[in-house]
Amino acid sequence: MPDVKKVLVRVRVNGEAREAEVEPRTLLVEFLREHLNLAGTHVGCDTSYCGACTVILNGRTVKSCTLFAPMADGGEITTVEGLSKDGKLHPIQEAFAECHGLQCGYCTPGLLLSTLQLLKKYSRPTDGQIRKGIAGNTCRCTGYQNIFKSIRMAAAEMEKR
Amino acid sequence: MYAAPFSYHRAASLQEAVKLLQELGEDARLIAGGQSLIPLMKMRMARPTALIDINFVSELGDIRTPKGELHIGALVRHADLEHSAAGATIPLLHDCAAGIADVQVRNQGTIGGSLAEADPSGDWGTALLALDTSVICFGPGGQRTVPLEDFIKDAYTTVLAHDEIVTGLHVKLPLKGSGGAHLAFKRCAPVYPTASASVQVMIEDGNMCKDARIILGCVGLTAIRAKEAEAALRGKTLEEKNIRTAADAARAAADPQSDMRGSADYKRILVGTLVKRAIGIAARRARGESVEAGHEYAGR
Repeated sequence: MPDVKKVLVRVRVNGEAREAEVEPRTLLVEFLREHLNLAGTHVGCDTSYCGACTVILNGRTVKSCTLFAPMADGGEITTVEGLSKDGKLHPIQEAFAECHGLQCGYCTPGLLLSTLQLLKKYSRPTDGQIRKGIAGNTCRCTGYQNIFKSIRMAAAEMEKR
Repeated sequence: MYAAPFSYHRAASLQEAVKLLQELGEDARLIAGGQSLIPLMKMRMARPTALIDINFVSELGDIRTPKGELHIGALVRHADLEHSAAGATIPLLHDCAAGIADVQVRNQGTIGGSLAEADPSGDWGTALLALDTSVICFGPGGQRTVPLEDFIKDAYTTVLAHDEIVTGLHVKLPLKGSGGAHLAFKRCAPVYPTASASVQVMIEDGNMCKDARIILGCVGLTAIRAKEAEAALRGKTLEEKNIRTAADAARAAADPQSDMRGSADYKRILVGTLVKRAIGIAARRARGESVEAGHEYAGR
């Protein structure tokens, strides 16, 4: 049995400094959900495929089921909880609600963050850029058409602001 | 899913990482992006007792272009190359970088990790063989540089000693008149390709192929250099007949296995088609045309 001394992991999550001592094998998604009580990030397939666990780490989307928490030490993290401000939904969240970009909602936290990263890069993404931008996020309800509509609406809304 | 327990060690420098590898022994592994190692650990197919995290070693993340050469640090993420000037200068690198898995994996996975893992389905081991690439390794005896064709020995096997680290690679910049393409076919974004082909051609007088390099991926235990396919083009015009001969030679050179991605016969046919298309795109690029190419999958 190796020496599995706990490791102190310090991060900024949604602008707030947070820390916890965890076993090294703790995945980032478990760190967020079980140690920081931020359960908005979902565990989907748990095999780096579905993207339900997507968060933004240091400005880039990552699958938080495929990172050990100590690897994110010192990092800046945005989770779905960080999207709304002062009780008001983010334009991406509003667009997903408006266009029925979700049914069961399980994949939505990941899709919202992938959309945020996509729209940071392309303020008016083409269909091809949307496809490629959310290729790492699987939805088993919507058939994606309404997600496309949501992303286009969010892009238009965010350009106005 | 939980990985088996391990101790975690953060290396602040290359020297420290090498020292830790020596102290912690054969059951210790380096971790960089972790996009292959972590899934393997979660499935308990890999059970290192110690992980040495090199993500915090600052000198490994650069892309530089000293004269006539491109230097890529081992910790350069696929997404870094996708959006780099180097990818714009050498389209084959962009083809490869922009199509590996999906956005999230490209943001995290590293080029050094991909080569050190030597997965027969990995893209970089195929794409970089089409160029003049050497791998820089650092160990207790200092630094050594190994040509990529000698670096990967077999599936998941490289010449790296246990206490050696890939620190980066050198890629010779292709000359004027040279063009390349990396094409891969996969069933959907997050998976490995079913087959891939990397081609670099040197063109003279509009359509004469002065030199060619043709590499096949996912159809053998390592990437395969299809030398007979190259010979079918060298010194010939790039007309359809010669390209077809090269594609047939590539099919003959492939050594695929049937698996969940397709039967051996299917992969053999597929890889030839990819070679044929890649030659066409490489030739157009050699003539200065801008052509989009890369990984193909439904809905791309």
